[in-house]
This record gives sequence, C-alpha cells and structure tokens, in this order.
Amino acid sequence: MTPAEHIKIEAKEVNTFFGKNHVLKDVSLSIPEHRVTAIIGPSGCGKSTFLRSINRMHEIAGGTMEGSITLDHIDIFDIDPVTLRRRVGMVFQKPNPFPTMSIFENVCIGLKLNGIGNRKTYGEVVEQSLRRAALWDEVKDSLSKSGMSLSGGQQQRLCIARALAVDPEVLLMDEPASALDPIATSKIEELIYELKQQYTIVIVTHNMQQAARISDTTAFFYLGELIEFDETKAMFTTPKRKQTEDYITGRFG
Amino acid sequence: MQRHFEQELESLKTTLIKMGSIAEEALQASLRALAEGDKRLAEHIIATDDRINTLEIEIDNAIVDLLALQQPVAIDLRLILAAQKINNDLERIGDHAVNIAESALQMRDLRCGTPLPDISAMGSIAQTMLREALDGFIHNDPKLGNTVLMADDQIDAMNRKVIQEIVGRMKSDQKTIDCGLEMIRVSRNLERVADLATNIAEEVIFIAQARVVKHHAEDQNAGET
Repeated sequence: MTPAEHIKIEAKEVNTFFGKNHVLKDVSLSIPEHRVTAIIGPSGCGKSTFLRSINRMHEIAGGTMEGSITLDHIDIFDIDPVTLRRRVGMVFQKPNPFPTMSIFENVCIGLKLNGIGNRKTYGEVVEQSLRRAALWDEVKDSLSKSGMSLSGGQQQRLCIARALAVDPEVLLMDEPASALDPIATSKIEELIYELKQQYTIVIVTHNMQQAARISDTTAFFYLGELIEFDETKAMFTTPKRKQTEDYITGRFG
Repeated sequence: MQRHFEQELESLKTTLIKMGSIAEEALQASLRALAEGDKRLAEHIIATDDRINTLEIEIDNAIVDLLALQQPVAIDLRLILAAQKINNDLERIGDHAVNIAESALQMRDLRCGTPLPDISAMGSIAQTMLREALDGFIHNDPKLGNTVLMADDQIDAMNRKVIQEIVGRMKSDQKTIDCGLEMIRVSRNLERVADLATNIAEEVIFIAQARVVKHHAEDQNAGET
C-alpha cells in the first residue's frame, strides 16, 4: 500500500467480548478506501466478529468492544447506529431477500425506512442499484415478482442491490458466495471487482483462493489475533510470518 | 463482463509479443550490422539489450502473480507455463543478437569482408523461424509451430557445413584464423537462435493441443505402448 492511500476504516487495539469470552485481542488494522480487503483464517478465529464490529452489528448478539474503530476518522460510537449501518452496508452468507416483498420492494425498502426519496424517485434508484449489482437485465421485466422466485446467485445480487440502494460507502460481506454454485460465485466475484471502484469492500471468506483472486489486501486472523496484514500479492507469494505461510499452504487450519 | 483474469492473461500475452518484437528487431539489426559492417548499429544493439532483460523480469513477476493469485487450470495454465519458457527463450535470443553484433564489430575491425553466403542464408532462415514461431503464439496456430520444427534440421546441417568450410580455410591459411573464428561464432549463434525458435514453436503446440513434442516425447511414448 502506498502511504498516500486514504484509510477508510481504522481499527486500533480492538478487543471484543461476548460475556467472558474474549474473541478479538488487540486487533489494529487500517482498511484502505476503494479496495477489497479480505479477512481469512480458520473457523473461530474472529473474522466475522471483526467484520460485525465495524458496523456495530456485534452488539445485536450481545457483544462489547474496547479500543476504537473509526470511519473517515470519526469513531463509530460517535455515529448514530442507524446512520452507520446505512453508510456501512452488509451482505450475509445466506442470501436473505425479504420473503414477503417483490424484487422492487426488496431494493427500495432501505430507502423507505431511512426516509430517503419518494415514490417518484424509487424507480430510478431501484434500476440503478440493480444495474450496479449486475442484475437489472435479468429481472427488469419481472420486478413485481417475489424476491424468493430468483435463483440463489440472483438472490445474493438482489441483496447487494438492496445494500447499494441506500448509497453506502462501505460494503461488508460475510462469505457472500459460500452458499452459491461456481458460476454464481464467479459472477459475485466479478461484481466485487467492479464495485470497488465506487465502494470500500471488506470480505470475510474461508476460501483462500477466493481471497487471492479478488482482494487487494488480505488480513490473516488466528485465535482472535491479527497475525499478518499485507498486499494480497505479497501475502500469497512471500508471506512474512511462518504461521501465515503454514495456513495458506494448507499445512494447518 | 470480461473476467479480470482474462484481461490479465491478455496483458501477459501482449507484453510477451512486444518482447518478441524487440528480439526480432535485435536479430535483424545484428545481421544487417554484420553484412554492412555498420559499427553504430552494432553498438546500438549491444547498448539496448537491457530493454529485453527488463521485460523478462516484468513478465516473470507477472507470471508468479498469476499462478499465486488466480489458480489457473487447463489452457490458461498451459499458456502461463509456456509463457515462462518463451520469456526465457526470447531473452536468450536477445543475447545471441548481442553476440552477433559483437562479432560484427570484431570483423569490421579485422577487415574480414562480407560473411559467407551460407551465413546470410542461415540468418534468413533463423529470422523466418522466429517470426513464424511468434506468429504461431499470437494466433494460437500449432500448424505454424510444426513448420518451424521442420526447419531446424536444415539450419543444423548448414551450421556444420559452414564450420567445416571455415576450418578447412583456417588450416590452409593461418591469416584467416581470426576472421574464421568470428564467423564460426556467428554461425553457432544463429544455430542457437534457431533452436530457441524451435523451443517457442514446441510451446505453441503445447498451448494449443496440450501435446509435448520436445525431445521427440511423442515418439518415445508411442514406442512404450
């Protein structure tokens, strides 16, 4: 990373707890803007907990945090949680379009809940969001159909469109393709590659090859600690820590 | 939406083709410097060999990244593995062009006169072989690869003939030894260029058809079954 790169999210000595369970330990990490940062590590290493700490979603599961995370140099605890979660959108592992809503309604629900725009502008935003999510051509003639009528890969892109509709700055993705077939996965990966031009993306993945393919920077977590963070090229060709090398070569984990 | 991996493969191919073009130009220029006794041209070829060396390192690094980050398989893997070998072969061709240019300078200083007609003929054949091997790579055409393979024996025979003739002259007239040694050097460098063009042709066939034809591998496999 060049020193001149803008840091979008800065985590400093973050410690996250669920009751007495100390999940994240002194994690410090700088996430650059308009890049894809992948978080890898074995199961239970704290990757999803770290991701959810960024937009305070860990609180919903009863988690507490010490240390600081800033978004554009503003502490996330100084930002209204609803506003924070609009600016920092989330896409989950299992596609979760709202089952009682149409494709159109799924995309614009965020606008309605945030009081953004009106009926006249929803159509334009829906089209724009579905185009950005590379789904518009496939659904433009069936926007009134249920979101559940789509395939798994399409549902996930619908969820991405839903997140994009409220104009976020950051997209957090928690294993967004792990429930999808290879073709759908490939489409999601290409979409992520395109989206980073406009958004900052942080993706948790247990698939190291996926991290290598699509990310610019990679963070390796183990037992709640950040072991190594570097440009993805460097991480997968000349990792600095032996633990990292052992993990990415499949020697443990 | 073209996969960004495909864009990176295209970029690799484009850089390799550019390197091929520079190597071809260097070879052509070195043979002209030899034929015309052109000192400036010979010195220019020697001075600009760095361009090829720099590209070799750039391509090597790109290949490491592609292998580490993209997990290529099938034709993509064959292309990348072949590109690594072609990269190395083109850098060596650049070195041989430099060697020929150095001989051109020596022969000019020694006033050796024009090279043997056979040397010029070998030069033409080597250039054609390199051109066709590179065209085969550009167009993914194994037929061009096969054409190049068939020409290698001819240039080997010409090299042996040239060396025999020059050695004969050197034995009968000691004053021809210095020039003779330089001409043998040129002949050997051209024979090596032809070998390297053959290597590239073999990689072209490997990319297109997944066949390994070097070292007569196919004949050996047929003999074993």
